[in-house]
Amino acid sequence: MLKGKTALVTGASRGIGRAIALKFAEEGADIAVLYAGNAEKAREVAAKAAEYGVKAQAFQCDVSDFAAAAQTVDAVKNAFGTIDILVNNAGITKDGLVMSMKEEAFDSVIATNLKGAFNMIRHCTPVFVRRRSGRIINISSVAGLLGNPGQANYAASKAGLVGLTKSVARELASRGITCNAIAPGFIQTDMTENITQDNPLMSRIPLGRVGQPEEVAALAAFLASDAAGYITGEVIRVDGGLAM
Amino acid sequence: MILEKIANLIEEHTGCDAASIKEDTTFESLGIDSLDTVEMVMQLEEELGIEIELEEKMSTVGELAKFIEAKMG
Ligand SMILES: NC(=O)c1ccc[n+]([C@@H]2O[C@H](COP(=O)([O-])OP(=O)(O)OC[C@H]3O[C@@H](n4cnc5c(N)ncnc54)[C@H](OP(=O)(O)O)[C@@H]3O)[C@@H](O)[C@H]2O)c1
Repeated sequence: MLKGKTALVTGASRGIGRAIALKFAEEGADIAVLYAGNAEKAREVAAKAAEYGVKAQAFQCDVSDFAAAAQTVDAVKNAFGTIDILVNNAGITKDGLVMSMKEEAFDSVIATNLKGAFNMIRHCTPVFVRRRSGRIINISSVAGLLGNPGQANYAASKAGLVGLTKSVARELASRGITCNAIAPGFIQTDMTENITQDNPLMSRIPLGRVGQPEEVAALAAFLASDAAGYITGEVIRVDGGLAM
Repeated sequence: MILEKIANLIEEHTGCDAASIKEDTTFESLGIDSLDTVEMVMQLEEELGIEIELEEKMSTVGELAKFIEAKMG
């Protein structure tokens, strides 16, 4: 489905990003595996991706750093020749009640989750515009659609991604570039390790279980493919029905 | 000289004759939108090795040329 394409996936060392990188590789795409600090895990993902016969390489990149994002996009272009698909998946949480939330907790979550996506889009789109094609997929969250107590910073960043997605989709549609968002519900990763099956939250999920990273990756692969060429500015939930 | 460079870029982009492009030719009349303008400016940045921050919307080729000449000092 993605044969001959090059994809850059941020936060691909673990969880959902890892599943997306591996799914894309399985579908034939060359993969740039971006990570913040976990070099070893990122290299593992790249090695596993390469088993599908594609080119895969890990790149360290703090997405919240504008200059570092520019350098990394350049490095990926040099290593792979071009970029066709950008997945903004890197994300963090720093939960706390708004009444007592530290300024740093708000700023850093916005910087990584929202500005990080802007940084990558900013530096990848000149390539996309020149080639008159490109796919951007932003990983939002149902928290951004519904709000969530204790996650004012996180929900704001994820709602921000929805506005970013729709604006970029409108701005670049005439150049054959699509931009969509995926809003996962509860997906089993390090980020949600303390949410177990007996959590009262489970009763709010119509499908009655947490999701797997692979279930998000399947949608990302479709959105990245030529088959999804007429979908842009859309936010699609993968949440077991949680936010319907 | 900048005007000439821009005219050549426009020819590349749209296929219209560079010689027909004058200072008062509007981008609109050439079918060039704001995205195209930014794209051309980025190409000029590479060619000239300077940074050009477009602060305002340019409507004619001459305006853009003047703006860039000012940046080059
Ligand atoms: N899990 C869920 O239930 C859920 C639900 C909705 C939305 N999401 C969203 O899905 C995305 C992935 O979540 P996940 O659960 O897979 O998270 P995770 O397992 O905690 O992994 C986070 C990934 O982001 C990277 N990262 C963190 N800060 C970064 C930075 N400043 N620059 C670059 N990379 C950075 C990490 O790299 P290192 O390994 O190097 O630290 C890691 O690869 C996030 O955007 C999250 O908000 C998750």
